[in-house]
Amino acid sequence: MTTPDVATAPAVTAPAPPGLRLRLDGAVLGRPGAPVLHGLDLDVAPGEVRAVVGPSGCGKSTLLRTLAGLLPALGGRVTQDGEPLTRPAADRALVFQEDALLPWRTVHANVELPLVIRGVPRAARRARTAEWLERVGLTDHARRLPHQLSGGQRQRVQLARALAGAPRAVLMDEPFGALDAQTRAGMQRLLVEVLRGTHATVVFVTHDVDEAVFLGDRIALLDGAGTARVLDVPHPRERAAHDAATTVALRRRVLESLGT
Amino acid sequence: MTTSAEGSTASAEGSAVPDKERTEGSAGGSAGGSTVATVPVRPAPATAAAPPGTAPPRRRPWPRYALRAASLLAALGLWQLLTSLKVTLWLRFAQFPTVTQVAHAFAGRLATGSYWQDLTDSLTRILTGFALAAVLGVAVGTAIARSPLASDLLSPVLEVLRPIPAIALVPVAILLFPSNEQGIVFITFTAAFFPVMVSTRHTVRALTPVWEEAVLTMGGGRWRVLGSVVLPGALPGILGGLSVGIGVSWICVISAEMISGAYGVGYRTWQDYTIVDYPGVFVGMTTIGLLGWLTSTAVELAGRRLTRWLPRTENTAPSAHLIRKGTP
Repeated sequence: MTTPDVATAPAVTAPAPPGLRLRLDGAVLGRPGAPVLHGLDLDVAPGEVRAVVGPSGCGKSTLLRTLAGLLPALGGRVTQDGEPLTRPAADRALVFQEDALLPWRTVHANVELPLVIRGVPRAARRARTAEWLERVGLTDHARRLPHQLSGGQRQRVQLARALAGAPRAVLMDEPFGALDAQTRAGMQRLLVEVLRGTHATVVFVTHDVDEAVFLGDRIALLDGAGTARVLDVPHPRERAAHDAATTVALRRRVLESLGT
Repeated sequence: MTTSAEGSTASAEGSAVPDKERTEGSAGGSAGGSTVATVPVRPAPATAAAPPGTAPPRRRPWPRYALRAASLLAALGLWQLLTSLKVTLWLRFAQFPTVTQVAHAFAGRLATGSYWQDLTDSLTRILTGFALAAVLGVAVGTAIARSPLASDLLSPVLEVLRPIPAIALVPVAILLFPSNEQGIVFITFTAAFFPVMVSTRHTVRALTPVWEEAVLTMGGGRWRVLGSVVLPGALPGILGGLSVGIGVSWICVISAEMISGAYGVGYRTWQDYTIVDYPGVFVGMTTIGLLGWLTSTAVELAGRRLTRWLPRTENTAPSAHLIRKGTP
């Protein structure tokens, strides 16, 4: 699989909405009766790309599902722009690790769905869908069904679907976790490119420290005890400026903090 | 949306297959003709590619139709043989009408108005009952699967009613409905309702949760989830229920007609039996068989059309191709 040439893709015409501020204060998260995270504090600034790393089972996915509104908080406060966050909404898109495309809809129809739900008029919706498919390099696959695509292509469709609705926050749950290393690297570069045109706040959950260092403006480290520590990444969003030494140093700091 | 996808699916696969053949052909050609190294990429495809190349069928091949017709004809031939020779070896074919007798009776009946009247009566009953069962079965099955309240309210009653054979409801139908006609439709409905309801309930419960979550996080509400996830996602299972349901419907509509005696193919068949018109009985049976086959084929075809997106629907042809390849 090759990386699509996204640099030449046209900018999205719809005005990019401002990012959401996502905040947790002393939040207790998990399933009722089985909390995973106890008293978590986290503040994600509008437009920030926040990577969340931590060992398996530390509650990364729980955190993300709570932010998506799929899982109510058991205690504490979870807010978006100061308002309590209780239910799923179109301004917080979720990208799943597993294949969450609707298998009976074509690639085009999948990407179009959030726009249909938002009631965007047909012509505008078609244009925007086509634009996003072009940005993720899947224009030629618009009429295909999800099962006819490779795993990497399906994740690109998911990315396009999440961003087509012009969300103010994008929540990503190990979206590239099931991909091979090469495809994964291409997807990471693609993600950086497509996010450039939006002001969306991004919460990116991963167990891969390198991915967190590459993508994140800041990195939140979750430990087994359910608390988060935040590390700043130097030169955020200017990956070319990343010199190897800083990256290596940062990577070491993350790994040390995780106790590995 | 699905219809346009079908076109591209077919064309995409259509183009993929020749590609595969080409590579197979060139691989075979280069391996076999390694001495002729100067020859560019133009190996003789005739030997290597032709046998497997002819195999992947896009449509059902004629030999299979012929085989099916032959199977039916063989059954008819056996029937004719046993009855015309009046074979009596424990099983007694002496009184049994021959195929030709039945065919004559059939031809005679086709010319009468009452045959067509019976046929349309039966068809109207089964289609009405089945349509009601399809709509209510899907609705109730979905409600039970999605709502604990609906499940608590409806499941106990339905589970007690379910084991009662629909045909045993004839007394109930007679008590409840002012006309025979409605009673027969009611029995047909009951017969098809349970398979549809049960299979809908099971598939809706087994739906991948991530589909629903995806639509919820796009801002979709309850009805959007129902229309965009639950119903299309459950369609394969619902169609299974409809297939079973149409079969059971036929059994019950015919039985109900035989019992209640208000015209229809079932009534006529029973009537012929009571006046000892055996060829007539077989005309009725053949009619029921053909109509049942027609309606279940219609359900099957509609189902296949609606679930073209399933990855496995077109697998029969390639596997047949592999089997044929494996046995030289």
